[in-house]
Amino acid sequence: MGKTLFEKIWESHIVVEKQNEPDLIYIDRHLVHEVTSPQAFDGLRMNNRKVRRPDLTIATMDHNVPTSDRSLPILDQTSAVQIKTLENNCKHFGIKLFDINSPNQGIVHVIGPQLGITLPGSTIVCGDSHTSTHGAFGALALGIGTSEVEHVLASQTLWLEKPKTFEVRVEGKRKNPHAVTAKDIILSIIKNIGTAGGTGTVIEYRGEGISDLSMDQRMTICNMSIEGGARAGLIAPDQKTFDYLRGREYTPKNYESLVDSWKDILKTDSDATFDKQFILNINDIAPQVSWGTNPGMTCDVDDSIPSPDKFSNGDVNQKKGAEKALEYMALESGTMIEDIKIDRVFIGSCTNARLEDLIEASKIIQGQKVASRVNAMVVPGSQMVKKQAEEMGLDKIFIDANFEWREAGCSMCLGMNSDILSPGERCASTSNRNFEGRQGNGGRTHLVSPVMAAAAAISGHFVDVRKLDLN
Amino acid sequence: MEPFQTVKSIVTPLDKVNVDTDQIIPKQFLKLVQKSGFGKFLFFNWRYDENENMKSDFILNDPKYNDSKILVTGDNFGCGSSREHAVWALDDYGFSVIISSSFADIFFSNCFKNGILPISLESKIIEKLLQETNAIEVDLENQIIKTSSEDISFEINSHKKKILLEGLDDIAQTFQYKDEISEFEEKSIVPSVL
Repeated sequence: MGKTLFEKIWESHIVVEKQNEPDLIYIDRHLVHEVTSPQAFDGLRMNNRKVRRPDLTIATMDHNVPTSDRSLPILDQTSAVQIKTLENNCKHFGIKLFDINSPNQGIVHVIGPQLGITLPGSTIVCGDSHTSTHGAFGALALGIGTSEVEHVLASQTLWLEKPKTFEVRVEGKRKNPHAVTAKDIILSIIKNIGTAGGTGTVIEYRGEGISDLSMDQRMTICNMSIEGGARAGLIAPDQKTFDYLRGREYTPKNYESLVDSWKDILKTDSDATFDKQFILNINDIAPQVSWGTNPGMTCDVDDSIPSPDKFSNGDVNQKKGAEKALEYMALESGTMIEDIKIDRVFIGSCTNARLEDLIEASKIIQGQKVASRVNAMVVPGSQMVKKQAEEMGLDKIFIDANFEWREAGCSMCLGMNSDILSPGERCASTSNRNFEGRQGNGGRTHLVSPVMAAAAAISGHFVDVRKLDLN
Repeated sequence: MEPFQTVKSIVTPLDKVNVDTDQIIPKQFLKLVQKSGFGKFLFFNWRYDENENMKSDFILNDPKYNDSKILVTGDNFGCGSSREHAVWALDDYGFSVIISSSFADIFFSNCFKNGILPISLESKIIEKLLQETNAIEVDLENQIIKTSSEDISFEINSHKKKILLEGLDDIAQTFQYKDEISEFEEKSIVPSVL
């Protein structure tokens, strides 16, 4: 019987296989950042251990860096210490670091692909749950905890139980691909499968609705696999994938021969079977807006907020969760999404801060001004994205519209630096999590696409971007 | 890591579903570079108001649960961010067993690296345990939870059980396979980054 893409990558990375025990899996790429690594490096030091393969390990600082003027010292002393700690650790253990002043600095999941570090068929780990992003290139990319970071640093391997396989088939064609985006596809998927729908599985996204997407869009899809509970998300590499990675700063020298070796192998065989399946038809899907406190609590922009009864479908715990969420969000069921006013707009994060995201958002705001009630910011995903956008003049479009134009980092996606919501503030955000307090204690997050966020910034409330002329 | 011992205590019932790691340990505490001392920040935004006074309506602030070592909670516990700080906070606070109807994958794996036992049980058993007011005993060796009224057996992967019971150092175990790792590296076609 045939094999799935996931099974092929898994089997080609088994170092030790034992009956009824996890497999020891080899890790081809390890991405390190300042927040989840200090305790791992400490562990190595305490036990007198080295980093086994510094040449497969790359570090940057993203979660905790200021996005304001980089020539100024970091005011928050605890943040400054954490950033300095990464510098010291990389120096001590011989790891390549893209530090705060590097032109390659950026969100780890944005720079990996951009630099050609992410490769099809490889295994990639990082102490961050959104590592699933790299799955867009047909890599098995897993988010791990700090103990596992230490384990990979020391041994370049991980003991892993083989996940189950989950086919998410996306069929059909979007009528207006500028208005209905990859973000709306993945939010629709999570709305349907639930935030634990993918637990214990690796999702492979397949079908016309996926192969039609650009690489930037595919990364948005795979990025949010973890929001559906999955261990990882995968998309089989195709010509778009191979073309994207060609000629980048760290693309391997023997790239063309690697492409030849990947072409026939890195796909799910036609007679392979999956443990689980979900099919989404995207012919008629609408832009999505989250209304609650997890990414499964999402509805169409032209719809109203569902009642907890309707949302929970008879599940008592889900109903309680929805009631609690509405209370936290200060919303009532029945309210039309387009009637919800917002205070802040955040265009950024490893989900939606790539060049294409910024281009699409800029088309909405060109020649317009941010509504007077709204404070809006753009945080490019990497310094490279920022530079490319500036070369295209996008910074000017955003700044003229009264958006703040910042330096690269995770910023208000998780609010570790000073980019946070104040209690009660309501934000249209292109990030991935609308958890309570995620963007700032008491802050209220609505997850949307970059075009939806841009349109909301101009109007001061959510608008259905399908009504706008986007061509 | 210390070997896992049988635990006996009353349960702290946290009757919520989808408790994400942002709630277990909010981001402002992820700036610390050590592993210890996270217990005081556990469920910070639920435990304290804006003036950092304890909220009387949050279960952990009820003094009767002060010595509880067992947290019982709802579906999909530990979802979201991979931050191991969530497990360090639960451990430092004093929990060594977490019982839920389901766990998020990364959180589940992080527990075993820190000597915490996560147990998955059917929802209807969770409902009962949430109401349990007497002490219960969690015996990992025999995979049994003893309550005042019944014995509940639970499943655990034999490898994970061994890690907890023996308090094994994962990395030292893996180093026994250094030859196999080197052999793998020799035939790998994935080139270095640099």
